Amino acid sequence: MDTHGRTLLAKIWDQHVIAAVSDDTDLLHVDRHLLHDLGGSRGLIDLKSRNIPVHNPELTFATPDHAISTASARAGTIKTGWELLAALRTETSASGIRLFDLDQPGQGIVHVIGPELGLSLPGCLIVCGDSHTCTHGGLGALAFGIGSSELTHVLATQTIIQRRPKTMRVTFDGKLPFGVTAKDLILALIGHVGAAGGTGYAVEYAGSAIRDMPIEGRLTICNLSVELGAKMGLIAPDQTTFDYIRGRPYAPQGEMWERAVAAWRTLRSDSDAMFDREVTIDVATIIPQITWGTSPEHVLGVDGRIPDPADIADPARRGAIEIALDYMGLKPGAPIAGTKVDWVFIGSCTNSRLSDLRAAAEVARGRKVAPGVRAWVVPGSETVKRDAVAEGLDKIFTEAGFEWREPGCSMCLAANGETVPPGQRSVSTSNRNFIGRQGPRARTHLASPAMAVAAAISGAIADVRTMER
Amino acid sequence: MAQAFTKLTAIAAPIMRTNVDTDVIISINRMIGNSVRGHLGKWAFGSLRYLPDGSDNPEFILNREPYRAAEILVTGPNFGCGSSREAAVWSLQEMGIRAIIGSGFGDIFFANCFQNGILPVVLDKAVIDSLASEIEASQGAGRLSVDLVEQTVTSPSGTRHVFEIDPRRRAGLLEGLDEISLTLRRDQEIRAFQASDRDARPWIHFAG
Repeated sequence: MDTHGRTLLAKIWDQHVIAAVSDDTDLLHVDRHLLHDLGGSRGLIDLKSRNIPVHNPELTFATPDHAISTASARAGTIKTGWELLAALRTETSASGIRLFDLDQPGQGIVHVIGPELGLSLPGCLIVCGDSHTCTHGGLGALAFGIGSSELTHVLATQTIIQRRPKTMRVTFDGKLPFGVTAKDLILALIGHVGAAGGTGYAVEYAGSAIRDMPIEGRLTICNLSVELGAKMGLIAPDQTTFDYIRGRPYAPQGEMWERAVAAWRTLRSDSDAMFDREVTIDVATIIPQITWGTSPEHVLGVDGRIPDPADIADPARRGAIEIALDYMGLKPGAPIAGTKVDWVFIGSCTNSRLSDLRAAAEVARGRKVAPGVRAWVVPGSETVKRDAVAEGLDKIFTEAGFEWREPGCSMCLAANGETVPPGQRSVSTSNRNFIGRQGPRARTHLASPAMAVAAAISGAIADVRTMER
Repeated sequence: MAQAFTKLTAIAAPIMRTNVDTDVIISINRMIGNSVRGHLGKWAFGSLRYLPDGSDNPEFILNREPYRAAEILVTGPNFGCGSSREAAVWSLQEMGIRAIIGSGFGDIFFANCFQNGILPVVLDKAVIDSLASEIEASQGAGRLSVDLVEQTVTSPSGTRHVFEIDPRRRAGLLEGLDEISLTLRRDQEIRAFQASDRDARPWIHFAG
């Protein structure tokens, strides 16, 4: 008999078990299923071809984000992008699924709109055919990405079969130093544990730095869980969470709100809960981070030097670094700061929320993008866009020489054809610096929004702490 | 319905670099759209397999004989990390891959393999390294055997390595089961859960 307390993961998991299918694998209820334009219509078409109806269309929500252009009026959307949008419209309408369409409040990157609409709630089990679904864990949801076949299974049954993951707790203790953001904490963690450090785990983030962090920062932290290999990342909900959710369109109201909050207050790991792995990070030791290579684990403090393969004894690691440096066109041993950049991208499900744009605008205000640099700001949703415009952030960006665009995933993964040209170097607030991620032979450095602006203004990778006001 | 997998003896190609992500396995611009299946095999590992002018990269292992005919990949750590795109698995399947043997895989990629009749096998890194060395020493001539019934991988020289696998996953692959049909047989349980959950957590359940 297990005498230890229970983890947050166990509490949420157990609430969703419909049946055990083997010793460590359960059939789980899916509370929210989010669809996007890349894979949503395919699942619905597959189901239709098998004459199986959508099990719970009222728990399923859709929006176009990946394949549409983020240019004004969506000009230049690729043919496949329009086809996928048309199919998403037809199929969601036929199945009675709510679609948040272009130009409507509610449209946007699927991991931005879930929290924004109050669809993503503490204790909720959320899936989406996208690996960054772990983002929603920032609200205390159990959220994870699934493949196309699993997506069709969820549409057909409103369930998912999952093996219970191992548990890891990452404790971020301390106060964020000047110029350091949620993005820097999670990048530093990935550097510490590696891109496979969380494989097979659900990661719970805890500690004083997390408790003090607003929800949008927590979403950024959880968003990058998959970059350390963890399909799920989550944070215990607290008063900050409840204050964020209250009054959102799909959040419970009135007496139901009180009941929900009472239930949500129990969603925390017990003090004697045991984790399979524990990692503690002293936040005071972290400085602004920037990646140098082709995996998010290839990360440095901005005052650091590009690794030199000659210093690495292990041949496999040395080979990996050589391949990455060759792709990135970087000189071993040189300081990373001062590396010239061609593109800056501020956006993606990692860093495109209002607080991200405010932090970026704070650095951009009254300054100019360096000659020769193209810099884009792509808000995460229609609502983020409207709120930012109401605050005048768009003006700050455009006056500084940034392009202010329509909401979508855009250059994070370049599914819509918005690419960094071959051989060019980008500083990006997104989540992946993989080979070819932002376009064939594009070179990506991941950083926070403020660091991305610092690079745009300087024309090179720069330490934002010398520019922040 | 997934293709069944029982036993396979075939040419194996080592792709030993670390963190081969699903963007590298299939580029987004090759997988976008609802009618790409059947056209993906040619684009698997595109950025490694082709030079910028579109010609074959002679350095890439799957462009060399006998590895062009490989049905098994032996992979470095964290193969298939990154995006959930199932097209990564489809592209490997379409180029003829039936089993992938590595020390660790991206979690979503790993699950996607089973959905498509591809067997991912996890073995210790030292075993993976020895398999890769044997294959390279034989210049690809030595065949690997993967037996899902016995749960073994046998190296070209005959060394047998037993692997662990989730019994449910194993049964699913051996029989090529259709998971949706199996789950729908439990629909009464699903609906009973929803009815009681509607009382426990009414804020989750919207009017249908």
